[in-house]
Amino acid sequence: MFYREAGDFKTSYQQDNQTFPIRFDRYRYYVVLAVAFGVVPFLINDYWANAILVPFLIYAIAAIGLNILTGYCGQVSLGTGGFMAVGAYACYKLMTAFPELSMFIHVILAGGVTALVGVLFGLPSLRIKGFYLAVATLAAQFFLVWLFNRVPWFYNYSASGQISAPERDVFGILVTGPNAPSWAVYLFCLIFVTFAGVLARNLTRGTMGRRWMAIRDMDIAAEIIGVNPLTAKLSAFAASSFFVGISGALFFSVYLGAVEVGEAFGIQKSFLVLFMVIIGGLGSIFGAFAGAAFLVVLPVALKLVGVDMLGWATDIVAHFQLVIVGALIVVFLILEPHGLAQLWRVAKEKLRLWPFPY
Amino acid sequence: MKKRLTALALGALMAAGPAMADLVFPSLSYRTGPYAANGIPFADGYADYFTLLNERDGGIGGEPVKMIECETGYNTEKGVECYEATKGEGALVYQPLSTGITYQLIPKATADGIPVHSMGYGRTSAKNGSVFRNIFNYPANYWDGASVAITHILNAEGGDLSGKKVALVYHNSAYGKEPIRTLEELAKKHGYELTLLPVDHPGQEQKSQWLQIRREKPDYVIMWGWGVMNQVAIQEAVNIRFPMDHFIGIWWSGSENDVLPAGEKANGYKALTFHNFGSNYPIYADLKKYVYDAGKAAGAGDQSGTVLYNRGLYAAMLAAEAAKTAQDIHGTKAITSQMMRDGMEALEMTEEKMSALGLPAFGPEFKVSCENHGGNGFGAVSQWDAAAGEFKMITDYFQSDQDVLNPLISEDSSAYASENNIEPGCN
Repeated sequence: MFYREAGDFKTSYQQDNQTFPIRFDRYRYYVVLAVAFGVVPFLINDYWANAILVPFLIYAIAAIGLNILTGYCGQVSLGTGGFMAVGAYACYKLMTAFPELSMFIHVILAGGVTALVGVLFGLPSLRIKGFYLAVATLAAQFFLVWLFNRVPWFYNYSASGQISAPERDVFGILVTGPNAPSWAVYLFCLIFVTFAGVLARNLTRGTMGRRWMAIRDMDIAAEIIGVNPLTAKLSAFAASSFFVGISGALFFSVYLGAVEVGEAFGIQKSFLVLFMVIIGGLGSIFGAFAGAAFLVVLPVALKLVGVDMLGWATDIVAHFQLVIVGALIVVFLILEPHGLAQLWRVAKEKLRLWPFPY
Repeated sequence: MKKRLTALALGALMAAGPAMADLVFPSLSYRTGPYAANGIPFADGYADYFTLLNERDGGIGGEPVKMIECETGYNTEKGVECYEATKGEGALVYQPLSTGITYQLIPKATADGIPVHSMGYGRTSAKNGSVFRNIFNYPANYWDGASVAITHILNAEGGDLSGKKVALVYHNSAYGKEPIRTLEELAKKHGYELTLLPVDHPGQEQKSQWLQIRREKPDYVIMWGWGVMNQVAIQEAVNIRFPMDHFIGIWWSGSENDVLPAGEKANGYKALTFHNFGSNYPIYADLKKYVYDAGKAAGAGDQSGTVLYNRGLYAAMLAAEAAKTAQDIHGTKAITSQMMRDGMEALEMTEEKMSALGLPAFGPEFKVSCENHGGNGFGAVSQWDAAAGEFKMITDYFQSDQDVLNPLISEDSSAYASENNIEPGCN
């Protein structure tokens, strides 16, 4: 019924290799893009922007970043929070040093700075693997947080040690600061998400992505068939950190507006993004979106149901949140180790055959 | 996947449309996480005072109070979510009980025209109301606290601190870093040597800091801690046999929860305060009659009379008095957040007012004005009596060193004003 391929002929290699080979899928993708760009900005209000959509979009970029490193290249990283902090502080320094530039430039440059730092901390991955690499990236996490707390240059010598985003605009429309309209903030993040999604998808299905996956599946075999582990691993670190840096920059400048490094970019953030990637599905761009949506929306939804609809005490609901989210993670890992993306894939297979399964 | 966004946005439209009948006081509380031990009593006191007003007087000026509680877990992201969720309900004033969330809310609430009352926390230079029009931090702020602590040490040492060593053990965040500026200024004036010892969130690991204290033997230790950090610090001080009466905590490090785990040995620990302790006040009879016995106490109902419960009562009382003032100024019962701001700016707390409310001599007298959003900076020192199991006031309320603080406040607030293109002014 849905996802029917009958009559959907491909007459060139290009058509055969497109991201959404099934016509229904492709149209759905365009509809989603059209709604996200053309309809949501007119409906959005402060609550939906700041509590749900903007954090979802920002975490989706971070999850795409970590997914490239962990899901595609197989390098476990616990340094995501630290790399997000690099993006945030780079963005802050750029914003305050060059106030006349567009926010787009600041955010992309912040991603670039994070990519360099990521490559630096990625060097040990050439020698160490698995758990040991996780520990090395954990060191990056703690070192970076310590650095931004310790060296006053990074926070422009402010008395509180916090960085706060001044008002900056894109083509005359404010996107940071308290007076930025919610539709502008949302669209600004959406543009980056779309850009990140398309870029990541095309990176991962090209030569680069195949090298990463070869390294992930068996590094020695990959080396024998001619994949250079140095460039493959470091390029994965660079690409991953680039996205994570962009998400950190947006997290600080657009979403929160003021951050304290230990609180906003602590080890919890690294775990949160890792959970998003695992729940969403390792090695899947869609999974990054699904995981981010799951972990951003679920606590808010549980709160709405528990406190506003059922009228329970806030602390009981907060404890239930921990229990339910924790239980769901365990259930997912047991029932569907490949995450929400795999569930979606299975559903799609079923829908292709429906209503005549064999 | 992004289909879900459409569904969400449609849901948003349906969920919008706030009802603005009652006086809405959001309570951004935290009853979970590493700061819960301190968050619970404050939230209970805050809630119980409004319950009392509703049950006894039918609200404020006859207008019922609606308190919306939202759990932040002391986490800024959740704090933002709570702020966005409650502001549409017609929130009159925010009291987030977290310096991090206060920093977050200062620009947002100013843009939305909602006042923030960071009572004894938050950004100190918000005292300058001509720059921070919507932010209030009366009756005292962190720099007052730092100065009061130093003055107390000065009195104990007979007026001379030259050559003495003072260590500051602080929560490594915007909160803990607040007093450093003042302590450095005061060090120049009084000639003591300041050692800074940061403790990272959440504060369970302080071995190295206290090892350093044992090695350097400072004459006094001042602490800016919160949550589990307080208990650990006091236990560590006991472990290295640091003289407890030379250990002074800010008002956020002086509740029963902080000293009880260390047992008898914590006897003599000092903490600052800007309000009185205990349940020996007429208001407690009303609370018992209308709230506790009616089964309407917030939380588990076991916090009554503790230091932070009283502080919650005090915060709610100041909010309610500001709302009354606003009702008088604008001649309407159903006030808006803008009117509430005017009420807070015109608030005057006198002894008669506090006695009439059943809280005689509970806190210092002060008067808020546009130039002064922070009160007069009076604080007192209390001391833990382990045998009696309570904090006892050992000094009267005395004023902080305004000569040192006022220039610092005008410097910091004018820096903020120029950074954010704010034209200071009272109109």
